[in-house]
Amino acid sequence: MAYNKVAKKYNGKISEVVIGTGDKAITIGGRTALPLHSFDGAEGQTPKLGLEILDTAPTDWIDAFNGIYGDVQNDASAWAKLVEEKYAPDFIYLRFIGADPSGDNKSAAECAELAKKVAESISLPLAIGGCNNVEKDAEVFKAVSEALEGKNILVVSATEDNYKTVGAAAGLAYKQKVGAESSVDINLAKQLNILLTQLGVKKEDIVMNVGAATVGYGFEYVTSTMDRILLAALGQNDVTLQMPIITPVSTEAWSVKESIASEEDAPDWGSTEERGIHMEISTASACIASGSDAVILRHPKSLETMKTYVQGIIG
Amino acid sequence: MALSGIEIFKLTPRTNCKECGFPTCMAFSMKVASGAVEIGKCPHISDEAKEKLAEATAPPMKTITVGTGDAERKLGGETVLFRHEKTLVNRPLIAVQFADSMADDVVDAKIANIQKVDYERIGEQMNAEAVSVKFDGDKDKYIKLVEKVAALNKVVVLVCADVAVATEALALVKAAKPVLVGANKDNINDMVALAKGNGAVLGLSADTVEDMYSLVEAAHAADYKELVLNPSTASMAKTFENTIEIRRTAITGGDRVFGYPSIVFVNELAGGDPYLESALAATYVLKYGSIIVVNDINYAQALPFFGLRQNIFTDPQKPMRVEPKVYEYANPKEDSPVLLTVDFALTYFVVSGEIERAKAPAWLLIPDAGGYSVLTSWAAGKFGASVIANAVKETGIADKLTVKKLVLPGKVAVLKGDLQEELPGWEIIVGPEEAMQLPKFLNEFK
Repeated sequence: MAYNKVAKKYNGKISEVVIGTGDKAITIGGRTALPLHSFDGAEGQTPKLGLEILDTAPTDWIDAFNGIYGDVQNDASAWAKLVEEKYAPDFIYLRFIGADPSGDNKSAAECAELAKKVAESISLPLAIGGCNNVEKDAEVFKAVSEALEGKNILVVSATEDNYKTVGAAAGLAYKQKVGAESSVDINLAKQLNILLTQLGVKKEDIVMNVGAATVGYGFEYVTSTMDRILLAALGQNDVTLQMPIITPVSTEAWSVKESIASEEDAPDWGSTEERGIHMEISTASACIASGSDAVILRHPKSLETMKTYVQGIIG
Repeated sequence: MALSGIEIFKLTPRTNCKECGFPTCMAFSMKVASGAVEIGKCPHISDEAKEKLAEATAPPMKTITVGTGDAERKLGGETVLFRHEKTLVNRPLIAVQFADSMADDVVDAKIANIQKVDYERIGEQMNAEAVSVKFDGDKDKYIKLVEKVAALNKVVVLVCADVAVATEALALVKAAKPVLVGANKDNINDMVALAKGNGAVLGLSADTVEDMYSLVEAAHAADYKELVLNPSTASMAKTFENTIEIRRTAITGGDRVFGYPSIVFVNELAGGDPYLESALAATYVLKYGSIIVVNDINYAQALPFFGLRQNIFTDPQKPMRVEPKVYEYANPKEDSPVLLTVDFALTYFVVSGEIERAKAPAWLLIPDAGGYSVLTSWAAGKFGASVIANAVKETGIADKLTVKKLVLPGKVAVLKGDLQEELPGWEIIVGPEEAMQLPKFLNEFK
């Protein structure tokens, strides 16, 4: 008996969201098949890889990054420019850690000022992140969306608590793309998408962050949430879940014991930097294999490896 | 595919004798088809018919046992493509690859690494459970290498397509229930005979799923079903495609020809790049690799791989739990605070990670709270004042302290009053709501 190959066809499709402008604009999403299953149908756009920089010099990154970047970490524009020229990610992720009220507490206006400078020094698409304080983030995202009108940035992200402000500013007033963050629960992801679209944000302007975890730290919740979302979006043509997925791997991967423990504290474990890169790469590829259409990385070596991976494994 | 009522009816004597307790053979057959009654209830069904039914209702994927004694492991046996549909059952093994073309010092270094990377993670032992030994052309060296590596008492995978050499190698290790990844379309019949004669699991290698299908059918024709499939090719994309096709043909297609575990040589796909190897190894933990072959092992590679594997191969209905006891951080003293959390593994990891990040001396008390998150176990009545007070008493933590301060997770601040009553000698403090606020809290703690 000969083998009977049957391609698995789905009715639904994930939307395509464009970020950035000009030659370097990128499209996120577009799949009609499960992750890496290009033999079944359009895999959509190759997963996009972003590299993370901060608005102020990092205080809790491992020492190896000082070796890689040096003084440029003190100047976000110069840093962004260096990243574009030297490492060429698909997009740059600028995180406003300095806005943290229990830290430097930089004003939204200051952040907007800086965002403008950074945007002017690069041609790559820009995604921006906040300080995890929902009220402050709403202000910062609003100010940055206004300052960067026309740049078509991705705001990562609106949450259940601040979606009205962020959705209205980014999605409606200043024509940016809106990230929608929920924590590893398909119903919460769906709900936030519905709230944003009810507000008036177009579903094609939304990218979901359905949660992130490092491998070993509850990753099963991430993968199962993504599996269920994709099976609903593609298999049941559920339009409220047909937004592409972006996953910020960097902060998660570089905050676990395996990536931070010094060689003195963990003598059997070897180089701290190597461990962190392996944690980041394993997490990023597990995310892509589960459903991420874009991932955010921190280490240039992770970026390099993930480029080879996505180009090789998607037929 | 399960037999229908009509198909089962054809196997009955059709006498309506009622000895099974049902009025007609048809009624009985419908009950059997729905799984409500066992076919054995009919005293007149032939053994052949019973076997046919057993065959039809068997799981889609065979469970293959490899290795013996402490090294014994089960592969395959999966019933779903996605863990949330039920659960995944047999976790993938890592196999470190050796070859007769490798220099002695390289071989010794790998052996040392295999022995070094051996640690506990949430009550399970993590280490490379298998070794793969590839025949690269030098028979004498190969045989010596097999002998050397077999002494590690791991699952042995022989990668050898030469029947004569494989015969000799197999003679050395057959008692250890090895895997012989040796069959291809040129040698399938000889290899099946060899594997069968030695009780070894036979690995079938093919570049296309069509060729793989024919190889399995050839093995079945020779009545051999101890198989693993090697869908690896020179291309990352093709290997992935083959691995997916094989698994879903068995699970959703119900075609048992492909109901066997897969061995994936990510070492060959990665071409010597350990970072790329990690990316591929992680992919195949999620997507149906049963034996994942790597070039070497060290902690940097093992920590993410085993962490991911432990996460994915957890029954969604039974999340992992850590041991209820007192954990210590940064040499806590008799006046260090006692933090409190639950025994759900994920909570433990998050909380303990933050305490470690703080580098502040602290005790962490974990009672048996049912294995749920803080709020869930509180809502279920498993993390209340009496549970916590009992844990304090049973662990005897008070004996180690001159200053007794117990820090409640902020989300269950409501317990403060009750807990204060249960523990009069203690000061009950409400801690932060989120674990990430712990470092700040601990550093400011007086």
